Amino acid sequence: MIPELGHFALILALGIAFLQTVAPLVGYRRRDAKLLAFAGSAAQAQFFCIAFAYACLTISFVNTDFSVAYVAQNAHTDLPNVYRFSAVWGAHEGSLLLWMLMLSGWTFAVSVFNRRIPAELSALVIAVLGVISVGLLLFMLLTSNPFDRLFPVPLQGRDLNPLLQDFGLTIHPPMLYMGYVGFSVAFAFAVAALITGKLDAAWARWTRPWTTTAWMFLTLGITLGSWWAYNELGWGGWWFWDPVENASFMPWLTGTALIHSLAVTEKRGLLKSWTVLLAILTFSLSLLGTFLVRSGVIVSVHSFASDPARGLFILIFMAVITGAALTLYAFRAPKLASVGELHLFSREGLLLLNNVFLVVACAAILIGTLYPLVIDALNLGKISVGPPYFNAIFLPLMVPLFVLVGFGAVVPWKKGKAGETWQRLKLPALFAVAFAIVVPLALHGRATLLAVTGGLLGAWTIVAASQDVWRRIRAKPSFIAGLASVPRATWGMTLAHAGLGVWALGVAFVISYGYEKDVRLAPNATTEIGDFTFGFVGAQEAKGPNFIAQQGEVTIERGDHSVTTLYPQKRFYPSQRNVMTESAVDATLMRDLYVSLGEGFDDGSWSLRIYVKPMIRLIWLGGVLMFLGGCLAASDKRYRLARAADRKLALDGGTQAA
Amino acid sequence: MKRLVAALFAGLLLAAHAQVTVEKPEIPLSVEQEARLAELLPDLRCLVCQNESLAESRAPLALDLKYEVRELVASGKSPTEIKRYLTDRYGDFVLFRPPFDARTWLLWLGPFALVLVALLVLLRQIRGGKRELAATNPKAVDKAALKKLLEEAK
Amino acid sequence: MRYAIPLLILGVLLAFFAVGLQRDPRVLPSPLIGKAVPAFELPVLALPKAESPPLSMGNAAFAGKPYLVNFFASWCAGCQVEHPYLMQLAKQGGVTIVGVDYKDADADVRQWLAARGNPYAPILVDLDGRAGIDFGVYGVPETFVVSADGRILHKHVGALTPEAFARDVKPLLGAGS
Repeated sequence: MIPELGHFALILALGIAFLQTVAPLVGYRRRDAKLLAFAGSAAQAQFFCIAFAYACLTISFVNTDFSVAYVAQNAHTDLPNVYRFSAVWGAHEGSLLLWMLMLSGWTFAVSVFNRRIPAELSALVIAVLGVISVGLLLFMLLTSNPFDRLFPVPLQGRDLNPLLQDFGLTIHPPMLYMGYVGFSVAFAFAVAALITGKLDAAWARWTRPWTTTAWMFLTLGITLGSWWAYNELGWGGWWFWDPVENASFMPWLTGTALIHSLAVTEKRGLLKSWTVLLAILTFSLSLLGTFLVRSGVIVSVHSFASDPARGLFILIFMAVITGAALTLYAFRAPKLASVGELHLFSREGLLLLNNVFLVVACAAILIGTLYPLVIDALNLGKISVGPPYFNAIFLPLMVPLFVLVGFGAVVPWKKGKAGETWQRLKLPALFAVAFAIVVPLALHGRATLLAVTGGLLGAWTIVAASQDVWRRIRAKPSFIAGLASVPRATWGMTLAHAGLGVWALGVAFVISYGYEKDVRLAPNATTEIGDFTFGFVGAQEAKGPNFIAQQGEVTIERGDHSVTTLYPQKRFYPSQRNVMTESAVDATLMRDLYVSLGEGFDDGSWSLRIYVKPMIRLIWLGGVLMFLGGCLAASDKRYRLARAADRKLALDGGTQAA
Repeated sequence: MKRLVAALFAGLLLAAHAQVTVEKPEIPLSVEQEARLAELLPDLRCLVCQNESLAESRAPLALDLKYEVRELVASGKSPTEIKRYLTDRYGDFVLFRPPFDARTWLLWLGPFALVLVALLVLLRQIRGGKRELAATNPKAVDKAALKKLLEEAK
Repeated sequence: MRYAIPLLILGVLLAFFAVGLQRDPRVLPSPLIGKAVPAFELPVLALPKAESPPLSMGNAAFAGKPYLVNFFASWCAGCQVEHPYLMQLAKQGGVTIVGVDYKDADADVRQWLAARGNPYAPILVDLDGRAGIDFGVYGVPETFVVSADGRILHKHVGALTPEAFARDVKPLLGAGS
């Protein structure tokens, strides 16, 4: 009964989504306020239907109702309760439902927080979101219904993929989807602006917090994904340039560019058509990611069980959504052309440069990800494009970006002065150079090119980014008053940029000074890596709720001190007859000690993978700082001011653009 | 332990029989050779995995190939020769760093060409913007209008 | 015009995706096609009823006639699937099927063949998988078509089906002889 209710709710949601699209569009043509106002109610009704359907699927999982095919494929009576909740999005059908829940949730939010937005614009935004809903709901109902029944009912389910039975993965997909899907709001704002032809500073101001919010969730989602891969895959790596990772990273890059170009559009009334294009591209790249992951056109670690029929549907969906938006853009964008003076050496000029590098970096990843597919489609054979390519191309493109970050926060709008900029930045530059030379030598006794470059750029970014806050504080008589005077948006920007610097330090140091060793150890044998002595005590059988494990015991010493004892596991999940590596990590801010079990041999010895990873935590810390920066920026009170302020701003923007 | 491993393999392959792994003698490498091997392995793709390199993978075929590569390194073969050995058997698919050739020039040069194009467009935009602004400059408009008025007056 | 560039790029990408959907990214073409069969010399599996077979066989033993090289193993699920069809092919005659038992225990494969029948002319043993690497094998079963003059004409990955045989293999056998 419950699955049928869920299925029915989805069908109902499809009908409502259809109305949610048609009514406001008709209302816009006829200038009918009632039809426009209907959009919000429809969005809310649709959200409740989807939330209800989602709850139905969750209940089916908690009750392990194996008559539902999707539950039978992804649950097991031994599956711990926490994972029954996360199993809902453990495979294709359910994760689509989560996608849909997020989409209707964002639409719901737009319908609630729209008081400051003109009714016309808000209704059109909701209508555009409605089109996306219709497409996704059709996709679910036609090819991937999570409520399909199974007969005869199996006695036992096939269980959730053990790779996904991890805490990191219970929160990673929801965050990632929040971000992915959240960009649909910026997309809808962009399309609505193309329809009405009205794009002013106020539009940019309304779009900004939505974009920042989506971006910060995507940032957190990617960070969690990286952390999960590090812990679960047993390779000690934190980023693999896998097509699926790239699929989430591309919208992040264009989304970051969008945040910055929105700032220019708001403050200076410039880059209007470019901002609109970025908003369209960012969400389109999210759709592209969905296509790549679910269609099976590309080989990836994380791809879902693929099905060409589904691939074709998403392809058509993408063609319709992105194609329509870009067609509209081709016709309408020329009218959005912004006229205004733009100096390269000004904040907007530097932000534009930042956009160039971010978008080219994104294009490089797109080229690398799709190149094998293109070569194959042209019958030129099969090639692989892997991490060595991406590192070689992506890292050089990042260098100018980091340099720009420092300038961007200091150079004023309209036109900067070289002398003034130098006065402000000479100390940060000096500090960065000193840091880059001293720290690698002090910590590790040798300097590599990467460590020095990373140290230089990281320190530069952090210190130069803090300049703005520092100046605002110094301008006030007391420190406390100064702190209080810094707007949240400034804090947000500073924190996010500092996070970027922290990330760069982590990357440079972990690559430069990491050790790894693949070694076969007999019980009670030891091996030395860096300053550490790893001793393998032996391995024993251990039992978990739904797995049997071989658990190794590894003692770690440094000099005469015992550092810690680690217990890495190799787990066997009988339900899926699957073997999983559960690595063991001892983490501090300065270094991780990482051990994972390889193969066991008959004489009791095991092959072990041992890593010493200096400062790898900084990589995720950087991600978290960016997320927090996003939180602060999105919650700035400027975005919550009364309508009067918007009107004034719209007027200002208007005069500036004229 | 033996029992578990046997059960694992049986489970993985859904057959009663297990793949045989021949224990091969360890090949000692010099420090310099170890370093060369460590540099080489991440560039080589595991063929049976989804998207892992030989350095990462523990699939049986990957372990065999890793051993093969180790042996080649020990016999003093250069990285180019070792890559050739693998592409002769498995094609370019085995290389994670595709060689620069007629098929891949766009892959390697494309991103940098894009930077140049984007910067050129950006500079032109900035100049164009200034010209447009000059054209719509109130003074300029006034002058033109004035001229027209004067001509009409004549 | 320049505002239509993104739309054009999208169109090109969609076209490539449409083609990509019809391909399997996991199937690899072999670089050995058209080249001489890799040199091999492998031990022959001793079977109960065989009359004193040679201890080992290599390329030379099969020259002069087209033949198939089928990498298989008793632990491989796909091999069970194709086995009945190989039996049928062997019964029809016309082509020699050389089996290469890949990383398999001799006792296991004897038992496996006893239960299912033996379609192979000789069975060569590739215990450590070296021959597999020389042939570029990345997953059993794989079947190679070798011409009379010792060149590899075709490689089939996965279980051999009657359709695949009729389409890809049979025409090549006729041409070579």
